[in-house]
Amino acid sequence: MIEVVNINKSFNGTLVLDNISAKFETGKVNMIIGQSGQGKSVLAKCIVGLHEVDEGSVLYDGRNFSELEGNARRDIRKEIGMLFQGSALFDSMTVEQNIMFPLSMLTNMSKKEMQERADFCLDRVNLSGKNKLLPAECSGGMQKRIAIARAISMKPKYLFCDEPNSGLDPKTSIVIDNLIREITYEYGITTVVITHDMNSVIEIGDNIIFIHQGRNCWSGDRNAIITTDNPAINNFVYASEFMKDIKTVLQGKLK
Amino acid sequence: MQVIINIGKYFMMLRIIFSRPEKMRIFRYRLMNEIELIGVKSLPIVVLISVFMGGVIALQTAANMTSPILPAYTIGYITRSSTILEFSPTILSLILAGKIGSNIASEIGTMRVTEQIDALETMGINSLTYLVLPKIVAAVLFFPLILVFSIGLSLVGGWLALVSSGLSNTDTYIFGLRSFYQDSDILYALVKSVVFAFVIVTISSFYGYYTKGGALDVGRSSTQAVVISSVVILICNFFLTQMILL
Ligand SMILES: Nc1ncnc2c1ncn2[C@@H]1O[C@H](COP(=O)(O)OP(=O)(O)O)[C@@H](O)[C@H]1O
Ligand SMILES: [Mg+2]
Repeated sequence: MIEVVNINKSFNGTLVLDNISAKFETGKVNMIIGQSGQGKSVLAKCIVGLHEVDEGSVLYDGRNFSELEGNARRDIRKEIGMLFQGSALFDSMTVEQNIMFPLSMLTNMSKKEMQERADFCLDRVNLSGKNKLLPAECSGGMQKRIAIARAISMKPKYLFCDEPNSGLDPKTSIVIDNLIREITYEYGITTVVITHDMNSVIEIGDNIIFIHQGRNCWSGDRNAIITTDNPAINNFVYASEFMKDIKTVLQGKLK
Repeated sequence: MQVIINIGKYFMMLRIIFSRPEKMRIFRYRLMNEIELIGVKSLPIVVLISVFMGGVIALQTAANMTSPILPAYTIGYITRSSTILEFSPTILSLILAGKIGSNIASEIGTMRVTEQIDALETMGINSLTYLVLPKIVAAVLFFPLILVFSIGLSLVGGWLALVSSGLSNTDTYIFGLRSFYQDSDILYALVKSVVFAFVIVTISSFYGYYTKGGALDVGRSSTQAVVISSVVILICNFFLTQMILL
């Protein structure tokens, strides 16, 4: 479980995260939702330590990450897999080298073991045989899947996905969503998914927190987001007529 | 004010780069790549520039040597001294600042804006050491070699220019090259090349690494890297010349 306690973060005097607290449960898909520019990515980067928090703390299964330094911090980082908004594959390396990269940097595996692990991870994301391609030769959906393969190569305990569906068509989005959910359940990972895609929220969101103007405005599960009458949520999630209709249908289904 | 902040940030960057070395095996592998990028791939432009530069220096010197009091071998002597002392180390470094500097800044800058550096950091890798240290070592090892190579080619260029234009002949030129030779001249040039290598790589990496924004900003960082490295090279050159020659 990851616990975030009263985090504050500002850039050049502008408060981006305002006293945020949240819990992300093990073996569940935890979602952070909210409009663009509300601080979702900043929150994720604070949790993994890419940004230092101004105040507050982040606990990884009780270990206070914010207070740790040097090697202790690196040890926790080795347990974190992260899927970035733009995939962030190393574009000078082949698909397979990308996946083997963390293994070669952080473990003492032999070449053969790394190769096997890479093949396994590629197979897990249904991309066996694509070992020698360069990221530039892959479609957006494939790049996301390669990034997932890289993120799970170290058998992470925690997985962060920043807008895994951005720029993908609906069908590919579902493939990625399902993959994230399967991996989470299969390996009992604490997964945190940032998204503004309502389809993903309804499909795979076990726990959901809603960030608005840098605050944690609302939290609940999949059913709660359908039944809630919180105005901020309704304003964001059910913004279009289409989504309002969907809400009515979903509410009917719940009854 | 921004200048002072940047200088502080620059030295903090250097401290991080040299603080936590990565695994030796990986470092060696990265070093080989960088030697290819920084060293080998710079050779064509080095050859081109050196030969023409030597030719022009020799021609200039010959054209200005109209006084009958000066012996003819002075042309070779002056060509050699100015090539070794100033032209090869300085011009070469300025050209390489343009080529290697922009290359490094845009490579690292692109990695920054596409979150590849964030990816390295979340894996628990010291991205500065991983990316920059092999570049520094490659450049510091290879620049002196490139320099010696360049000096040799410049002298050949000078010879070609003089002989083909009939301003001098081979024997006189070579006699000139060998007159008043001091080992310290070469040593001085080598010191310069090492300093300039360090300046180019670290400053370009600095601008690349701290790029913010998108593709446009990568271009801007790359330009800044070249301009600032060039200015710093010229300033260092001034002080090194003063320190060593006087
Ligand atoms: N490194 C940074 N420096 C300054 N401001 C930043 C930085 N990163 C993000 N911000 C600001 O923080 C706010 C939230 O950004 P972000 O977390 O990326 O939004 P999103 O919810 O769309 O992911 C934005 O206003 C952005 O301008
Ligand atoms: Mg974002």
